[in-house]
Amino acid sequence: MIWLNRYAKLVALSTLLLIGAGGMVTSTGSGLSVPDWPNTYGWFMFTFPMSKWVGGIRYEHTHRLIASTVGFLTIILAIWTWRVEPRAWVRRLALAALGTVILQGLLGGLTVILLLPPAVSIGHAALAQLFFCITVTLALVTSPSWTAGASSLDDPMLPKITLATTTLVYCQILIGATMRHIGAGLAIPTFPLAFGHVLPPEWTTAIGVHFAHRMGAVVVLLAVANSTAHIWHWHRPQRDLIRPATLLLLLVCSQATLGALVVMSALQPIINTAHVVNGALVLGTSLVLTLRVFRRTLQQPAIGDVKTSRQSHIPLLDQDLREVRG
Amino acid sequence: MYLNQLRPFLTVLLMALAFGCGGQGGQAPAAPPANARRVDQSKAGNVTGRVTIEGTVPENPPIEIDGDPYCSQQNPKGATAEIFAVDGGGLENVFVYVKDGLGDYWFDVPTEPVKLDQHACRYQPHVLGIRAGQKLAISNSDDTLHNVHALATANPGWNKGQSLKNIVDEKVFTKPEVMVQFKCDVHNWMHAYVGVLEHPYFAVTRDGGKFALNDLPAGTYTVEAWHEKLGTQTQTVTLGDKESKELTFTFKSAAARAN
Repeated sequence: MIWLNRYAKLVALSTLLLIGAGGMVTSTGSGLSVPDWPNTYGWFMFTFPMSKWVGGIRYEHTHRLIASTVGFLTIILAIWTWRVEPRAWVRRLALAALGTVILQGLLGGLTVILLLPPAVSIGHAALAQLFFCITVTLALVTSPSWTAGASSLDDPMLPKITLATTTLVYCQILIGATMRHIGAGLAIPTFPLAFGHVLPPEWTTAIGVHFAHRMGAVVVLLAVANSTAHIWHWHRPQRDLIRPATLLLLLVCSQATLGALVVMSALQPIINTAHVVNGALVLGTSLVLTLRVFRRTLQQPAIGDVKTSRQSHIPLLDQDLREVRG
Repeated sequence: MYLNQLRPFLTVLLMALAFGCGGQGGQAPAAPPANARRVDQSKAGNVTGRVTIEGTVPENPPIEIDGDPYCSQQNPKGATAEIFAVDGGGLENVFVYVKDGLGDYWFDVPTEPVKLDQHACRYQPHVLGIRAGQKLAISNSDDTLHNVHALATANPGWNKGQSLKNIVDEKVFTKPEVMVQFKCDVHNWMHAYVGVLEHPYFAVTRDGGKFALNDLPAGTYTVEAWHEKLGTQTQTVTLGDKESKELTFTFKSAAARAN
């Protein structure tokens, strides 16, 4: 199981790399530099000569190759998990990862064939983050610390707070993806004020989406600060919660800084992509925190633990944990 | 068995793809109606003129051309964008055309294709006009790959790779559209603009901003001048039989900041 866990972590890291490569494609405007799919200028993708990786092709073709690699890694992950993992829900999650990565590949191809329609491109970006969440979850739930179990927490508020934070982060990423793919990244070209005002003096769809992303950033910052403060105040001895909560706060502060730099640098591709990758890290960290909180607040206490009022909500999880413990 | 079940879906998919690729192949121009009204050349007049720019002309920004060794080699001294081409105060690469007033005249579509070449990692020409239904021959004179991406709105958009030198693709726009932007996503500095019209009264300013719209029948016309950065200007002109008139369009360079 330890090797499966290490492999799941590799897949999650590869997915982060893939999100970065995809971010570079959008940031450099190279999405259609390879006009055909699944071939590359008529070549079979893996035989396309390196001498022809020029201009925007470098970004798009690299993205396709990394995507193919992640797809291949996910196939192995699904088979491996299916063969060795005793928990049925984890096996199903690995299969869901495979289904998601296949769908993601098809969406990627479709967006090229249909000339980057925003709806498909936004769907491609949204599904990428969802796939990353699945790989992070698999890496977490196959880890020794997860399967070893942990003492239960009696804090009915904490799962709500962390789940709300993760949901808000994902929604913020969706707004960000919409902003990127409708070309509204500089719809408000000034920061922190909008055209010198707190509220934009005129409204268009692009300005509205851009402004929503800025307001979303404020909401996410507050939600993360609230989660972190709550955990620091009430659960300071719980290192498995303190660490992701602190990391989440650091990441979200970096994310806000990067967001400001994206506007001030007029969409410089590397800064823009760093913003996308860091956004995925914010989401992944928030998800890890949420899953750990759910596991510890909703699980049945071990023998001798104090009972909580929410034991019956996840019988499957608890039963699976017992299976793993043997 | 599964293939049989999938056949209706595959058919729909293929039809959708065929529809999505519409406008890419050659399409025969429509035949003129029996009572087609044609311009009497013996009575036709001309509109000539010049497009100028007023104020300090913004500098064309330098372009980073180092992403492709071939393009760097073709542009050893670097390159700038082609937004402002000014000669003696005259603004070039402005598309001037009759926007309105022609009524129901019929104009045969030329059989000769209009040429758009990719040379030294640039579109040549940068701005051009074509008739709806006329073939556009797009060639690649470069020893590198280009993709030709037409961002049309009234016509179907398309994106075609040209990976070999001297390859030529012919495309047809069937509906009038001013302007269709062309771009190469491999070399993001490469842009061209194509004005598609149902009549032959268009020109692109050259030689110090000059243009000529010849063989116009008598009438009152709205003439528009389009520039990729400075926007559009329109003027109205009335022509009698065999009459020639001159128009001057003056763009203000300050408009570049607003657009």
